[in-house]
Amino acid sequence: MSVDTATVKKVASLARIAIDDAHAERLVPELNNILGWIEQLGEVDTSGVAPMTAVIPNTLRLRDDVVNADPLTGGGIRDAVLANAPQAEHGFFTVPKVIE
Amino acid sequence: MTDLTDLGIREIRDGVRDGTFSAREVAESFNAAVSNARQLNAFLVETPDHALAAADAADAVRAAGETLKPLAGVPIGMKDLFCTKGVTSTAASHILEGFTPQYESAVSQRLWDAGAGMLGKLNMDQFAMGSSNETSAFGNVISPWRRNDGGNAPLAPGGSSGGSSAAVSARLCPGATGTDTGGSIRQPAAFTGISGIKPTYGRCSRWGTIAFASSLDQAGPMARDVRDCAIMLEAMSGFDPKDATSLDVPVPQWEQGLNASLAGKRVGIPREYRVDNMPEEIEALWQRGIEWVKDAGAEVVEVSLPHTKYALPAYYIIAPAEASSNLARYDGVRYGQRDLPEGANLQAMYAATRAAGFGEEVKRRILIGTYVLSAGFYDAYFTQASKVRTLIARDFENAWESCDVLLTPTAPSAAFGLGEKSDDPLAMYLNDVFTVPSSLAGLPAMSVPGGLDKHGLPLGLQFIGKALDEQGVLNAALAIEERAGFTARPQAWW
Repeated sequence: MSVDTATVKKVASLARIAIDDAHAERLVPELNNILGWIEQLGEVDTSGVAPMTAVIPNTLRLRDDVVNADPLTGGGIRDAVLANAPQAEHGFFTVPKVIE
Repeated sequence: MTDLTDLGIREIRDGVRDGTFSAREVAESFNAAVSNARQLNAFLVETPDHALAAADAADAVRAAGETLKPLAGVPIGMKDLFCTKGVTSTAASHILEGFTPQYESAVSQRLWDAGAGMLGKLNMDQFAMGSSNETSAFGNVISPWRRNDGGNAPLAPGGSSGGSSAAVSARLCPGATGTDTGGSIRQPAAFTGISGIKPTYGRCSRWGTIAFASSLDQAGPMARDVRDCAIMLEAMSGFDPKDATSLDVPVPQWEQGLNASLAGKRVGIPREYRVDNMPEEIEALWQRGIEWVKDAGAEVVEVSLPHTKYALPAYYIIAPAEASSNLARYDGVRYGQRDLPEGANLQAMYAATRAAGFGEEVKRRILIGTYVLSAGFYDAYFTQASKVRTLIARDFENAWESCDVLLTPTAPSAAFGLGEKSDDPLAMYLNDVFTVPSSLAGLPAMSVPGGLDKHGLPLGLQFIGKALDEQGVLNAALAIEERAGFTARPQAWW
């Protein structure tokens, strides 16, 4: 499979990365070179093989159903959460208007 | 008096404990070395006060006659992928410029709890995507090494942990943290003549480490020798309930368990690692490694890992796929940079922010990841790669029936010059050919210096072990270290 300029622009839009036509055209051969190379995986017979979901066998744990069981991942830290926001007002993240 | 910056982790720890020198003297020596080596661009942030505070704490404990912590008095470098409270953490990307974490990563916290101090935050490939440290938004790290041909061509320190490898080999710190997704600890260690180990996936908590590919990312130490790696890894490892993939198993006393005798051990040589166009010197080094492990008492057996050639293409589907998902969080809303063109709506702000904030290689990988996960291509690419990953892990399982540890070269070449490969992403990816398979299988693997090439540049040998058998890997590496007699170091030109 290979990509064309339209596909690159579509993928960039899905990834929320702004690119202009010249950039998209430059990416086409680059991405096709990489995609052509990973295509060789198609020749591996994987019938009856399960996709790997966990690299080292591990059991998922449940923690106690307690508020702020771990203060590092708990709540009540609004100011710390907002401290790095490019823009925050009145205790909220601020973004451009989304509803007219 | 010896230059304190020539000392390794064990020597510093023991010297502080025995009162040979004070921790403050050590910290001051390394702080000076760091500030005198800015030409290398290894550090993004210098934190001399952090190192001094930890040193003074160690000296106070000793003066009071109390027991010192395991890394008391040892100043280290911290890869900028680890979030450090109150100290900017950028993953070497513009999009995180100015980001000051309000919390401490689990791994760095463990190191501070063990008494270590921080000399600064180390440069790296942007979001750990790269093998030469050329994708950093804050400039290349220059390797302290130079070819002995009289030219002064600046060389790559390897990547993505290139600031870590450069800083340790230039004696700017006795040890540094690294992270390894497809070889980012081992390849830079090999390029700079130092040691580095990626432990079993799940040994070190990923909490607070900026994510690249979560099923592969693993932290580990980079230091001058095997013992120092063992000491530092002990401090970094351990169960963390905040990371769902953290392993709830005891941390062995690796330093105490070190044993360079390989009597009764079987060392496997995977025949598929003899790749096309491998330089003769790498092949010769591998042969010397085989002789060294035999000399240490090991039996050498040839093994087959039939799916090896598919590891890299599988990795370059899985890692970008996970990256495209992980890096969705950089949206210009919660942290980092925002680019808001005049009159832009929310979607346009996202796209503009990410276009301005991410470097070219990061964008390339996000696009590949988005493509292979998109409707219609998911099964052909991502599911197939995940199945191939199962087969690669199975290859290793089968190999363990006839051997205890595998010996391979770490990288297919010595350090290359900056700019030599940066125009061809695929050529750069191929640098990880020997390190990626064990990453896909989550296995512990280590690079140890083996010798020099004809240009006087370091070459590394890699050991790959069974899951949770870091001890076996460390011991095999120690056997090589004792026989290789690697004492070369870069001559200070900076």
